[in-house]
Amino acid sequence: MIYLDNAATTRPCDEAVEAAVKTARECFGNVSSLHKLGIESEKLLNSAKNTILKKLSLQGELYFTSGATESNNTILRGVADAYKRNGKTIITTAMEHPSVARVCDLLEKDGFNIIRLSPKDDYNNFEEYVAEHITPDTILVSCMAVNNEIGYKVDTKKLYALIKRKNKSCMLHVDGVQGFCKTALYGDYISLSAHKIHGFKGVGAMYVAKGCRFTPLLYGGGQQKNLRSGTEQIETIAAFEAAVKAYPTDLSHYEKLNSLLRSRLSEMEEVYVNSPDADRGVPNILSFSVMGVRSEIMLHYLEEKQIYVSSGSACSKGKISSVPDSFGIDEKRADSTLRVSFSMANTQEEINTLADEILFGIKRFRR
Amino acid sequence: MKELIMAKYGEIALKGLNKGTFEDILVKNIKRRLRHCGKFQYMRKQSTIYIEPVGEADLDEVMEKLKVIFGIGALQRCAVFEKDFEQIKDKGVPYLEEALQFATTFKVEAKRSDKAFPMKTPDIQMELGGAILEAYPHLKVDVHNPEVTVTCEIRDKGAYLSAERIIGAGGMPVGSSGKCLLLLSGGIDSPVAGYMMAKRGLIVDGIHFVSPPYTSERALMKVETLCEKLTPYCGDIRFFCVPFTEIQEALRDNCPEEFFTIIMRRLMVKIANKIADAYEYGALVTGESVGQVASQTLKAIQCTDAAAEYPVFRPVIGMDKKEIIEISRKIDTFETSTLPYEDCCTVFTPKHPKTKPVLEEIIKAEQSYDFEPLIEKAIKDIEIKMFRVEGTTEMVEKAEN
Repeated sequence: MIYLDNAATTRPCDEAVEAAVKTARECFGNVSSLHKLGIESEKLLNSAKNTILKKLSLQGELYFTSGATESNNTILRGVADAYKRNGKTIITTAMEHPSVARVCDLLEKDGFNIIRLSPKDDYNNFEEYVAEHITPDTILVSCMAVNNEIGYKVDTKKLYALIKRKNKSCMLHVDGVQGFCKTALYGDYISLSAHKIHGFKGVGAMYVAKGCRFTPLLYGGGQQKNLRSGTEQIETIAAFEAAVKAYPTDLSHYEKLNSLLRSRLSEMEEVYVNSPDADRGVPNILSFSVMGVRSEIMLHYLEEKQIYVSSGSACSKGKISSVPDSFGIDEKRADSTLRVSFSMANTQEEINTLADEILFGIKRFRR
Repeated sequence: MKELIMAKYGEIALKGLNKGTFEDILVKNIKRRLRHCGKFQYMRKQSTIYIEPVGEADLDEVMEKLKVIFGIGALQRCAVFEKDFEQIKDKGVPYLEEALQFATTFKVEAKRSDKAFPMKTPDIQMELGGAILEAYPHLKVDVHNPEVTVTCEIRDKGAYLSAERIIGAGGMPVGSSGKCLLLLSGGIDSPVAGYMMAKRGLIVDGIHFVSPPYTSERALMKVETLCEKLTPYCGDIRFFCVPFTEIQEALRDNCPEEFFTIIMRRLMVKIANKIADAYEYGALVTGESVGQVASQTLKAIQCTDAAAEYPVFRPVIGMDKKEIIEISRKIDTFETSTLPYEDCCTVFTPKHPKTKPVLEEIIKAEQSYDFEPLIEKAIKDIEIKMFRVEGTTEMVEKAEN
C-alpha cells in the first residue's frame, strides 16, 4: 500500500498508540476526581497542554476538544457572541474548511456581516489584502494557515500584525489543522487536530491567547475552566502529546518528495500543478490536474494499484466546492484534480511508482 | 389466556383447485421469516393461517415480520377463548385494555361463522360493547368512525377477540409465480420495480454491472445494501455482479458516442439473457419509466427489447417519479438509492444521446465490434452473492452450465 492521503488523516504513530494504551491501562482516572488517579490524569493533561503550547511557541491557554470541527464551531460562535457589542463584521476567506464556512453562513443568518475574501484576488499579498478590509466594526478575522486542498500558506504572524495595526480589538482565528507542526502559527485563537499529525481521530484543541474571551459551546460539568464541559478524553490527549513530540522538525524530506513529484509531473502532457510555489505553499501537499481524466476515475484506478490519494475537491459529486474557485482554478481543472499529501514515511520510490501509474492512467483514460 | 395471530389470505382466497399450492408456499414463507422469533404452531382453516406461539415469543416482532410478507391480506392479533360468552366477557375485556386505554371511541364487530353459538351477531355486539363501556368509562361508541374496532369472531375452534387488525402486504406469495432477474442500477426505480414484481409472487434475483475504476467500491456497497433492504419483501436474493469495465471501454472506443447508452443497455440485456438461460429465469425486470431519461423513450425501449430473449417487465413504466419515490420511501430504499455514487450507467454518458434511435442503425453500430468474447469473459468473471432473509450474506459458487 502506498498511502499518499495524509492531509485527510494519518496513521497513528507507535508513540501515540503506546501512550493511549498505557494511559487506558494505568492512568484512566477522571481529571475531575479528587483522588490520586484523577490527579495523575490531570498531570497528563497539563503535560500535554505544555507540550503543545511549546510546539506552537505560544503562551496562553489550551483547551482540548473532540476535534477541529468542534474547535472551529466553538471559536467562531463563541467569539462572535462574546464581542458582538464591539461590532458586527467578521472577515473570513473563500478557501476555508466547511467547519468554518458553514458556521459563518449561520452567523450571517444571525445578522452578522460576513466578508469572504479569495486568495486569487491578491495571491502574493493576501495578508495585506485581508488587512485592508478591516474596519472599526470588524470583530474577528478567521483565516486558515494552510489550505487543505492545495497547500496554499498564509503568514499568520504577518497577518496578525497587520490586523492589530488597523484595529487593536479585532481578533484573529487561525484554523491551524493543516499547518500545525508544518509551519509557524500565530493568532488569538488557533484550532488544532491530532489525527493530521499521527495522533488519533476524535481529539483536537483550541489555543486561546491571554485575555481573549469566548462563550462556550458546551455546558455541563464545568471542566476546562467552564469553557469546555465534558470529561477530558485523557487517553487520546496523551496520544496527541506523544504524536506532537514524535513529529520531526526537519521537514526537508517533504521538499525532496515534492520536487521529485513536480519534476515527474512536468514531463507529462497537460498535467498542471495547482499548488503554489515553495514561498506560498507547504511542501507536504501537492495538488495537480490531469486534464481529460476525471479525478474520481484516476483515484479509483490508483486505488486498484493500492495507491491512495484524494480527489481534492468534491465537485463531481454534485456539490460545488468554492475552494478551487477561490484560487482561480476553473471548473474543468477542478474536476480533474488530484491531491497528494505526504508523510515522513513516504519514499522517493513510492513517488516514482505513483508517477508511473499516473502515466498509465493517462494513456488509458484520457479523452 | 392464549394469544395468537391470524393471517388472512389476500388474493389466494379466490383461487380454485390449486389454492393448496399457494397456501403451501405462503406457509413456507411465513415459517422461514419467523424462524428466529420462536416456535410456532401453524393451522390453516377458513382462508386463514393461525400462527400460535409455542412457549415464549415476541408477538410485536412477529407482527412486524408478517406485515411485509406478500400473500397476506390482513393480520389480526387476538386472544382465544372457549365459546362461552361469559368467559369472553370476563377475560376478554381486561385483555383489550392496552388497545383501548388511549382511545376515545370504539365499536364492536362480531362475526359468527359457527351458527351453533347461541347468541346472534347483533346481540354479541351489544352485550360486549356494554361490558367494555362499563369497564372503560372514558370511551364512547362510534359505529361510523371508531378509533378502535374490537372484533369478536366465533369460529369452529373457538372465540377470537381482537383490537389490533392491520392491512397486510397483499399480493401473491413470493415463489408462486416463478423467478425473474432484476437489473439493479442503484437508483430509485429498480428496487421499487423488484418490490412490485415480488408482490406478484415472483422470486426476484438481482444483476448489477460494475466498472472499476470508473465506478467505486462504494457504488457496489450501495447496491448490496439495497438488496439487503429488499429481502424482507422478496425473500432470499441471489445477486450477480458483472465486471463491465472492458465492455464499456470497448464500446467507448468502437461505437458512435450518441449510441453509447442504448448499446450499453443492449449489452447488459444480452448478459442478462445468458444468466437467465443458465439459472432459469422467466423474465427480466427493469425500473424504466417512459420518458424519464433518453434511454427510456419508446424508440429506445424498442431497441433494448430487441436484444432481450425473455419478456422484460417494467412495473413502474407508467408511474411518475413522485409515485416511485413514495414507494421507495415506504420500503426504505430511498435514502440508500440517493447516495451520490457514480454507477456504470453514467460513466460514459454521451452529451447528446439519441432519443429516437433506429434499431437497424444501432445494430449496425453494435456489429462494428465483436463484443461476444468480452461478454463471455464478463460472465466467466461474475461474482455471485446470496442475501438471506435472516440478514446474512454469503458468496455462492457459480452453477456449471
